[in-house]
Amino acid sequence: MDIKNIWNRLKSSQLCWPLAALCIVLLFNLFFTKDFFSIEIKDGHLYGVTIDILNRATPLMLLAIGMTLVIATKGIDISVGSVIAISGAVAASLIGGKLEYVDGVQKLVTLVPMPVAILVALLATTLLGMWNGLLISRVGIQPIVATLILLVAGRGIAQLITQGQIITIYYKPFQYIGTGYLLGLPFSLFIVAVVFAVTLYAVRKTALGMFIESIGINPVASKFAGISVSKYIFSVYAFSGLCAGIAGLIICSNVSSADGNNAGLFIELDAILAVSLGGNSLDGGRFSLVGSLIGALVIQSITTTIYAIGVPPEITLVVKSVVVILICLLQSANFRKIVFAKWAHKGGISDEKNTAKL
Amino acid sequence: MKRIQLSYKYINLFITIFLFIALFAVGSGLYTGFFSAQVLLNMLIDNAFLIITSIGMTFVLIIGGIDISIGSVIALVCMLSAYLLEMQHWSPFIVIPAMLLMGSLFGLAQGSFIHFFNIQPFIVTLAGMFLARGLCYVISIDTIMITDPFYQQVATYRIPLPFETFISISVLIAGVLVLAALYLINYTKFGRTVYAIGGNAQSAMLMGLPVGRTKVLVYAFNGFCSALAGIVFSFYMLSGYGLHAVGLEMDAIASAVIGGTPLTGGVGFVTGTVFGVLIQGVIQTLIMFQGTLSSWWTKIAIAFLLCIFIVLQRIIIARKERTKAIA
Repeated sequence: MDIKNIWNRLKSSQLCWPLAALCIVLLFNLFFTKDFFSIEIKDGHLYGVTIDILNRATPLMLLAIGMTLVIATKGIDISVGSVIAISGAVAASLIGGKLEYVDGVQKLVTLVPMPVAILVALLATTLLGMWNGLLISRVGIQPIVATLILLVAGRGIAQLITQGQIITIYYKPFQYIGTGYLLGLPFSLFIVAVVFAVTLYAVRKTALGMFIESIGINPVASKFAGISVSKYIFSVYAFSGLCAGIAGLIICSNVSSADGNNAGLFIELDAILAVSLGGNSLDGGRFSLVGSLIGALVIQSITTTIYAIGVPPEITLVVKSVVVILICLLQSANFRKIVFAKWAHKGGISDEKNTAKL
Repeated sequence: MKRIQLSYKYINLFITIFLFIALFAVGSGLYTGFFSAQVLLNMLIDNAFLIITSIGMTFVLIIGGIDISIGSVIALVCMLSAYLLEMQHWSPFIVIPAMLLMGSLFGLAQGSFIHFFNIQPFIVTLAGMFLARGLCYVISIDTIMITDPFYQQVATYRIPLPFETFISISVLIAGVLVLAALYLINYTKFGRTVYAIGGNAQSAMLMGLPVGRTKVLVYAFNGFCSALAGIVFSFYMLSGYGLHAVGLEMDAIASAVIGGTPLTGGVGFVTGTVFGVLIQGVIQTLIMFQGTLSSWWTKIAIAFLLCIFIVLQRIIIARKERTKAIA
């Protein structure tokens, strides 16, 4: 395979644009941020801005994995932020927020053993995902409306569990999930790696991925082809709930507290953004999990960059919105047709497939 | 046959109105002092901004779109008017029209992106939401109090009504907008085109209706409504703050859905939306009168209602489809 061939393959790959976006952000940092790429070893842990980005992006990466599958079925899940709040609330209230000292040394107490608390929290969020899936696949409600119900109710439920308080977790082992290190790397990265590997195996080594894509492109045709559409749609939302649950545990453990009001506020939008930055169409169909992970990293890199170069953090949102608009424009066939009309004419790029519906 | 079709179309609206009356009756039975005209009017006073913005949202939902930027636009209007009034000492008579213009242009821009570049409304308005919220923080990360005498006066002025009741100017503004919206959607060509687009955009276009222009205008109208709601909200709060009206878009969508506007487009009622807001107001008032329940029960109750309504709509639509299939 010669270089030109590789170049052509790269250009036609879905990962081309997300990778380019990530490279631009990183290149920008190479020139404008001091010590961006330096990594130090302290106490056997790796420290550095890039490690920090990876670490902070973990909840978003988890959400993006679940959301990618949801969006691939032409759905959307806007309840993940509330699910995160519930996951943290359940775990925190089960582990307990009491600080006890024995002879001046902090004693580690839990109401129920930590593994049980974690399992219950994940079970609860999976059930919430199933509830979404049930409304969408069986009752036939639009995904955005069905998940809107949980979005509205979720924060109320989370506050009901925590009784309106911010529960602080003093139990040390729980903090390991979000802040611990394993083999010099943040522990949460390993969680993402495991979830990602399992998901990737399931969708690429079995027919699952193909079924999901098929449902996203045409659910009716998929049904006639013998795919049990509602079963897969149901599972996809349940999985999204599970991913949000894990992300919720990481966020909760990171700040050692559960906050029904603010945990995961607006993160559903970031998750959707990560998926679409990863080159996935929100109209469903073909998807790329790797792309979504890159999308999540792009978002976190932009956020970190803005902090690092000393721009007031409040501009983060403005920059983010401009980036979203630019990326959407690039993905829009109509925009490309209008702006790159001359190029397309010369290069003979056919856009007929993407001709706008209206 | 015609009578049955009519009842299908209006059944959601009737359920909403019935539910409002029922909830109000329950409140009146349970708590002393609940059954009074002023309690009813207070719901309007406290929710005037929600009524205004929900009406704009109803139009967007009828054409089958969605706009999640409205909460942020309201915050931006509050912030910017607070900044212009307090820091730049502009006259309120310049600030208010300027804000309305800004909101309309914001909506116009979003509509243009949605229509001309064929990007999903959800994503465009998501970007708009980030942008407006971000601009709030660019102006100031702290609260700016509004001390302008005109704003103060409008905020505290009470219009007396018979039987020793009163309403605020915000309610008057909301009332005028409701009437205007009712006229617009029921008696104009524009309104009919809005319904036609929601029913089936492709056939609307084949019928020669100005689909593109109407779509963009609906988003512009929604932007205008958000800006107006923002002004009313700034009368209500007398401050600008970046976290004002967080999640209000969901309340607006919920109001419209409870009021009988499905998110699939094509159907929708301005009156229903007003009652949708009022139902949320009644739930809030009930929880306030109860005293022992905390405010997060409001959210759970609204979500529960939302769920029932949506499932009900699904059942009605499914039944309608079945009768069609048999016929």
